Amino acid sequence: MLKDITLGQYYPKDSPIHRLDPRTKLVITFIFIVIIFFVRYYTGYLYVLAFLALILALSQIPVRHVLKGLKPLLFIIILTFLINLFFTSGGTVLLKWWKIEITQEGLRQAIFMALRLIFLVTGTSLLTLTTSPIALTDGIELLLKPLRVIRFPAHELAMMMTIALRFIPTLLEETDKIMKAQTARGADFESGNLIQRAKALVPLLVPLFISAFRRADELAMAMEARCYRGGENRTRMKVLKVEARDYAAYGVALLLVAAVLMNAYM
Amino acid sequence: MPIKLENVTHIYMPGTPFMSKAIVDVNLEIDDGEFVGLIGHTGSGKSTLIQHLNGLLKPTEGVVYVNGIKVDKDSKNLKALRHQVGLVFQYPEHQLFEETVYLDIAFGPKNLGLPEDEIDRRVTEAAGLVGIDINALKDRSPFELSGGQRRRVAIAGVLAMEPSILVLDEPTAGLDPRGRDEIFWQIKELHRKKGITIILVSHSMEDVARLVDRIVVMNKGRVELTGTPAEVFSHADRLLEMGLGVPQVTSLMRALKDKGMDVPVDIYTVQQARDVLRKLLGGSGNA
Repeated sequence: MLKDITLGQYYPKDSPIHRLDPRTKLVITFIFIVIIFFVRYYTGYLYVLAFLALILALSQIPVRHVLKGLKPLLFIIILTFLINLFFTSGGTVLLKWWKIEITQEGLRQAIFMALRLIFLVTGTSLLTLTTSPIALTDGIELLLKPLRVIRFPAHELAMMMTIALRFIPTLLEETDKIMKAQTARGADFESGNLIQRAKALVPLLVPLFISAFRRADELAMAMEARCYRGGENRTRMKVLKVEARDYAAYGVALLLVAAVLMNAYM
Repeated sequence: MPIKLENVTHIYMPGTPFMSKAIVDVNLEIDDGEFVGLIGHTGSGKSTLIQHLNGLLKPTEGVVYVNGIKVDKDSKNLKALRHQVGLVFQYPEHQLFEETVYLDIAFGPKNLGLPEDEIDRRVTEAAGLVGIDINALKDRSPFELSGGQRRRVAIAGVLAMEPSILVLDEPTAGLDPRGRDEIFWQIKELHRKKGITIILVSHSMEDVARLVDRIVVMNKGRVELTGTPAEVFSHADRLLEMGLGVPQVTSLMRALKDKGMDVPVDIYTVQQARDVLRKLLGGSGNA
């Protein structure tokens, strides 16, 4: 059922990681992504792994839940592994069969790439698992604010993102409702060939579009009625504040950066 | 037994932090041709319950039998069931999509694979039942109609499938008093003429009291009370506790009784109240 789709993948909990300022989490995630590409030896990944493990433990999210998020990407990870394994040359040949040969360099490259992907995905999904989409857009808005000097509409962009996110569950619910109503009238969304299936979507899409436009209209009116005006001088209900735990988080992130760089270049 | 629910429990999104129990251990039987009112607070599980009646939702635990068709958590291919149970959702006009009124009402029968002349007969009859002049409106777009007319067209779309059981979820929500009375009157007529089973979900105690033979009260996912309107409304205290009300005349009778007057409290229509009050006044010589 459509209802089972969770929005983003936010996992509600009240942990130190959840309570961190979204800006802190965004910046640290960015640092994390960059630092993964600086790892040169297997031992470097131990630091990365330790960092992830620390966050995971503090966030109180079950490991199983995070690993589940890797599943859809398993194919890409395996494909990357195989391509690197077979198409990288250099180093001693470990295995030779017909025209295919696996070299030491190939194996190393393959393992590195796979690990990089796995860490990238887990790292970024830890961000979305512990930060609600609304907090995330708030964080993005504030981080993009300095771009005002080049007339970048940070507030408008964030507002659009917030509204879009806000309406995903509403529209999903609506889709579910209309789908059920049409199913009750004998519509069939599940069988038939591609063309029949596409045609079967008309009774779903027409009412959905109409309701989306109606909702957009109503929302614009409601915002207008409450005197909404763009970004200038707007105060917010939840003011984001950088606190001690945010500095601690930056400290841990810097430790990771130092450890990885020392491992790679010293 | 045409409709029978045995220990039905439904859980939304089991195994996630968003899990919620919508209905718990519901046992319910509804006879052929009965007119049943289903009342309950918002979130009491009414909507979840009625979606089990035509297989849109399958019970997490327990079994549903409808006209001999069994639905449990492993049931598949419930098309036959959907043809027998017509379900009119809240704000059914939001599901209109066709270019003309005629085509929209014909959507259901077409899905049943009926021949053209049978579809035509059903569309005409269904439109007549809800008071839509099909000859005048059939080529109009449903989106040009007024809110009340759109609602009727949508209900006709379900009636055109000629279900033996009709379930209506708040069919008059958002209509003006006249539109509401007309739709209720048409539903009552439908029940009288065609003798089909009707299950009406409503918040309005007056309307339920006026129309139905039996009331089922749901609270927090369980069936709390069931019986004739007189029986159910005699439990006014329990209904109020659940955040529900009783018809205004019932409240009046209870207030009179509290003041020490000798009146019955199982009165739920204006008609009955009038008779009782007449007798009371006549008897004491004040009339």
